[in-house]
Amino acid sequence: MVRAEQVHKRFGHVEVLKGIDLEVAPREVMCVVGPSGSGKSTFLRCINHLERIDAGRLWVDGHLVGYREKGGRLHELRDSEVAAQRRDIGMVFQRFNLFPHKTALENVTEAPVQVKGVGRAEARERGAALLERVGLGDRVHNYPNQLSGGQQQRVAIARALAMQPKLMLFDEPTSALDPELVGEVLDVMRGLAEDGMTMVVVTHEMGFAREVGDSLVFMDDGVVVEAGDPRQVLTDPQHERTRSFLSKVL
Amino acid sequence: MPDTSTTPAPPEAIRAVPVRHPGRWIATAVIAVLAAMFVNMLVTNEVFQWDFMVENMFSDAVLRGARTTLIMTVLAMVIGIALGIVLAVMRLSANPVVSGAAWVYIWFFRAIPRIVLLFFSASLGALYSTYDIGIPFDQQIMDLFGFEGDWRFLSLDGNDIFRGFIAGLLGLALSEGAYAAEIVRAGIQSVDPGQTEAAAALGMSRAQTMRRIVLPQAMRVIIPPMGNETIAMLKDTSLLIAVPVTNELNFQLRAIGSRTFQVIPMAVASILWYLALASLLMIGQYFLEKRFSRGFGVRETRQQRAARRATEIGSTH
Repeated sequence: MVRAEQVHKRFGHVEVLKGIDLEVAPREVMCVVGPSGSGKSTFLRCINHLERIDAGRLWVDGHLVGYREKGGRLHELRDSEVAAQRRDIGMVFQRFNLFPHKTALENVTEAPVQVKGVGRAEARERGAALLERVGLGDRVHNYPNQLSGGQQQRVAIARALAMQPKLMLFDEPTSALDPELVGEVLDVMRGLAEDGMTMVVVTHEMGFAREVGDSLVFMDDGVVVEAGDPRQVLTDPQHERTRSFLSKVL
Repeated sequence: MPDTSTTPAPPEAIRAVPVRHPGRWIATAVIAVLAAMFVNMLVTNEVFQWDFMVENMFSDAVLRGARTTLIMTVLAMVIGIALGIVLAVMRLSANPVVSGAAWVYIWFFRAIPRIVLLFFSASLGALYSTYDIGIPFDQQIMDLFGFEGDWRFLSLDGNDIFRGFIAGLLGLALSEGAYAAEIVRAGIQSVDPGQTEAAAALGMSRAQTMRRIVLPQAMRVIIPPMGNETIAMLKDTSLLIAVPVTNELNFQLRAIGSRTFQVIPMAVASILWYLALASLLMIGQYFLEKRFSRGFGVRETRQQRAARRATEIGSTH
């Protein structure tokens, strides 16, 4: 579903990604962990072209992200083509980024109606069902500032799901939450994984990575240090950097 | 460990002597005296001619003037804000030529006093006597290929359009566009960039993101200064005398004053009229602010109230 080959990204003179190679199979849940500044969030943002990569290749569902290869050269995609690629990739942000002037239901129906041209009645019906699924069936008419952090993040997940994505990206979805609210968000994500959604999750929740993840990637300083089965990496890390990181967070 | 089996009586409520504020009483007395003096002046000074004022401040000419003033204010603001949104988006463009053009516009029209602009827009008929609408440089192109004729669809008499109401509207709206552009730009920049990212991640286009996500949120920041602008515009319609547009409020009231040598009563009438019209605009601002603060207060919405009542009724049965 996702394939990265030697992905490089720099901001000015700082090289944030120094050649990332990895592959995410359909229905796989990949967790990406690592210290802050290791480039894991930047890599996630490259997958839906919120950041453009400087070197290497990145494919989602067999299509190059942000470019078209023609006659041996890469051509940048137009804004509308990039937008079309993003429709199939859901993203959940650390700070939720819900639209504060819209109710939970309006947040969920906005993109299907505006982008896909789904009818309003149908979008509302499906949106209500999605909010029901994330456990917020009784909060559809609330505005984001009337919801707790955990509820807001669940609305954000429902909003991404409303576009029926093939792939879901999670950028530290529980890092901005009070500790007692983390569980309700992780439960929704666990349910998604059980339903077979392909997911790339940048997280500090090692318990989630161990129980739900099919694979674990440890990144540090812009490179993938270690990758493999989460239970194995977490209990028996092969690299010194992995060991020292895990000893601090576990 | 205190005994928790018997709850002790709650302590007695505090009944302390409050701090005295003699300053407040002195200030109140001073203000009361000043207010009494002011009212006394209004009532006793014969120059005010209250009966005369009330009789004349609602004459047909004045009412027509008030209508012109209000219509001019609303139209100049609508055109100015529309222009301001376009200019603000241009100013934030990544294209330096587009952004630079907006900057030049704002620089020019903010620097020129409105009264000068109004003089100038009324004189556009002297610059060209006719204004043609068509393909630019048509005659040069025709000459180049050796044809006769032109590509012009519409020809307007300069002296005919650039006078009166239209000239006044043009001057005020173009000037307002520059101020509105800066207010709208501040509003757009006040919206969290995460909003644009979230919309982009959902596959929304830039135009959709601006229209559906950014501008509605920017409105919260835009409306209060735009209320100032609207009230300033209401007052600036009195500058229309430079065009000249004579059927506006201030001119009509002053005309009565100078015709009858009752200057003060008509000046007071002018003050009262502008107070009333400004209050009317402030009511409009109140409702606009309420509309665009949705999701930012903690107030229960109509839908939520309905839903809550439905469950309450359901649970009592």
